[in-house]
Amino acid sequence: MPQILVENLVKTFRVSERRAGAWGALRGLVHRRTREVRALDGISFALEAGELVGYIGPNGAGKSTTVKVLGGILVPEGGRCEIMGRVPWKQRVQHVAHIGVVFGQRTQLWWDLPVIESFELLRDIYRVPADRYAAMKEELTALLELAPLLDVPVRQLSLGQRMRCDLAASLLHAPLILFLDEPTIGLDAISKLAVRDFIKRLNRERGTTVILTTHDMDDIEALCSRVIVINEGRIFSDGTLADLRRAVGSRRRLVIDLEEEGEIADHEATVESREGSRVTLEFDPERVPAAALISRLTARYPVRDLFVENPPIEEIIARLYAEVRA
Amino acid sequence: MKGYLATVRARFLLLLQYRAAALAGLFTQTFFGLVMVMVYGAFYRSSTAPQPMSYAQMVTYVWLGQSLFQLLPWGVDGEIAALIRGGNVAYELLRPLDLYGYWYARTMAQRTAPTLLRAAPMAAIALLFFGMRPPESLAGAAAFVAALAGALLLTCALNMIMTISMMWTLAGEGVMYFIGVVAMFCSGIILPLPLFPDWAQAALRALPFSAVYDAPFRLYIGMLPPEAVAGVLARQLAWTVALVLFGRFLLARGCRRLVVQGG
Repeated sequence: MPQILVENLVKTFRVSERRAGAWGALRGLVHRRTREVRALDGISFALEAGELVGYIGPNGAGKSTTVKVLGGILVPEGGRCEIMGRVPWKQRVQHVAHIGVVFGQRTQLWWDLPVIESFELLRDIYRVPADRYAAMKEELTALLELAPLLDVPVRQLSLGQRMRCDLAASLLHAPLILFLDEPTIGLDAISKLAVRDFIKRLNRERGTTVILTTHDMDDIEALCSRVIVINEGRIFSDGTLADLRRAVGSRRRLVIDLEEEGEIADHEATVESREGSRVTLEFDPERVPAAALISRLTARYPVRDLFVENPPIEEIIARLYAEVRA
Repeated sequence: MKGYLATVRARFLLLLQYRAAALAGLFTQTFFGLVMVMVYGAFYRSSTAPQPMSYAQMVTYVWLGQSLFQLLPWGVDGEIAALIRGGNVAYELLRPLDLYGYWYARTMAQRTAPTLLRAAPMAAIALLFFGMRPPESLAGAAAFVAALAGALLLTCALNMIMTISMMWTLAGEGVMYFIGVVAMFCSGIILPLPLFPDWAQAALRALPFSAVYDAPFRLYIGMLPPEAVAGVLARQLAWTVALVLFGRFLLARGCRRLVVQGG
C-alpha cells in the first residue's frame, strides 16, 4: 500500500462572473452568471514513503488544488484519496496531525506575535510533548539559522526569513509528509539555496515524503527524483527528470570554443548559435553518439575546448507546456 | 483542550495590549452613559406615573450596559475576517482542531479581553461619580456573576453566526451591522428593556439578546430575585446550544462550498 494514493480525483469550482461596467454590476444583482471550472479532472498517482516529488504545471493547472485536497481542506466531487490509510477530508483532524504544509504565498505564523510564540502555539495545538518540542525547535533553529529571528514579530521579517520560519513551523510536530506549495517564490538566490538544502536534508535524513509544487526549475533540478507534470487538471506526465527530458526531445548540445573564429558544419548536427569563437551545436544522441561527433569535429576543426550539455529544464518545460497547449 | 486554551490565551494576551482602544472606549462609554441617564432622567422627572423601575435602578442598568458594552457580539474577530477574506482559512483547516471549537475559543478571547479592560474602570467611575449602585445583595451579586458567565457563552455563539456568515458574504459588514443594531436594540443597551411597553417586552424576552444583558442586569438591580438565576441560566444555555448547533451546521456547509481565495 503506497503512503499516498490518489485515484481519479475530480474537483470543480463555480466561479461567478461579473459583467464589466456599471450596467454589468447592476445586472449581476438580479442574475448571477456562474461558470464551472474543472480544477482537477481525473488525477491519479501513488507515492511511496520517502519520495521527493516535483509537481509542476503552468498557472491554473490544478497544483494548489491538489495540495488542498490532499491536505483535507477541499472536498473533491469524485475519486479516491487515501493518505496513510486515511481519507483527508473525512478524517481531517487525525490526518492533518501527520502532515505539514507550507503555502509559499501565505504565512501560517501569527502576524503580530514573535516567531517563538507562534511556535509555542503550534506546539500546543499539535500537542507536541515538551521534550520533543525542545529537541525539534533546537534542531530546526540550527538548520535554518533561526536564532536571531525567534523574538522578532512576524510582520517585521523579510520574505526569506519568514519562509525559513514557516518551514520550521510546519515541521514542529514532525510530520511524515510535507507539502510545499511554491516555497521558493519571491526568494533571493541565497534564501533559495538555504531552503533547497534544508528540504534535501529533511528528505534524506528523516525520510520525510515531500511534495513540491514550484515554477522554479532549479528547485526541480536540485531536488526532485520524480516529476509529475499537470495541466488543466490532468496529469500530463509522471516519471524521472531524465524521462521528462527524453519525452520532450532528446537533443543535446555541444558547445565548442575554436582557436579562431570560423565556420563549423556537420551533417549530423545543426548549428544553434554562434558567438565569436564559440559555436553551439545541437545533435541527437540516438543518431550519433557524442564521442563519435566530438572526435570527428576535433579532427576537422581547430578546437580549443568543448563540452556537452543538456538543454536547461526551463526549455524542456517551456516546450512541454507549448506541446500541452497545442 | 490544550490547543483551544492556548489559542484563547495567546489572543487574550495580545488583545490586552490595546490600551489606547480601551481608553478611547472608556471615554465614549462615559459620554453615552451620561447622555442616556440625562435623557431618561428627564422623562422620569416629567412623568408622574409610576415607572416599572426606580430612577436609581435605571441609572445602574445604564451604567452596567456601558461597562459591559464589549460583551455584545460587536463585530467579527478581525483576524478571522482577514483569514476568510484572504484565503488563509486554508491553514486553519490544517490544524488538528475542530474548526468551530477553534474559532469559538478565539471569539471568547475577543469578547473577554476588551470587556475586562473596560468594565472595571467604567464601573468604578460610575459607582464613584455617576450614581451607579452596588448590587442589591450578596446573593444578587453572585447570581449576576453566574448569569454573566452564561451571557459570555451565548454572546460567543451569536458572534460565531456572524463570523461564519462571512463565508457567504465576503465583506461581512452587512450582516455584522445588521446583527449589531438588532443586538443593541434588543439587549437593552439603548433603552432598558423594563421601560419598553408590555407587548414589546414579551417579544424581546423571547429573543436571545435579552439574555446577554437584560437578564443579568435585572439580577444585579434586584428586579429579579437571586433565585431566578436558575431560569436565566437555563435560557442562556438553551439559546447557546441552539446557536452552536446552527453555527456548526452553517460552518460545515460553508466549508463544503469553500473556495480558497487567491489560488
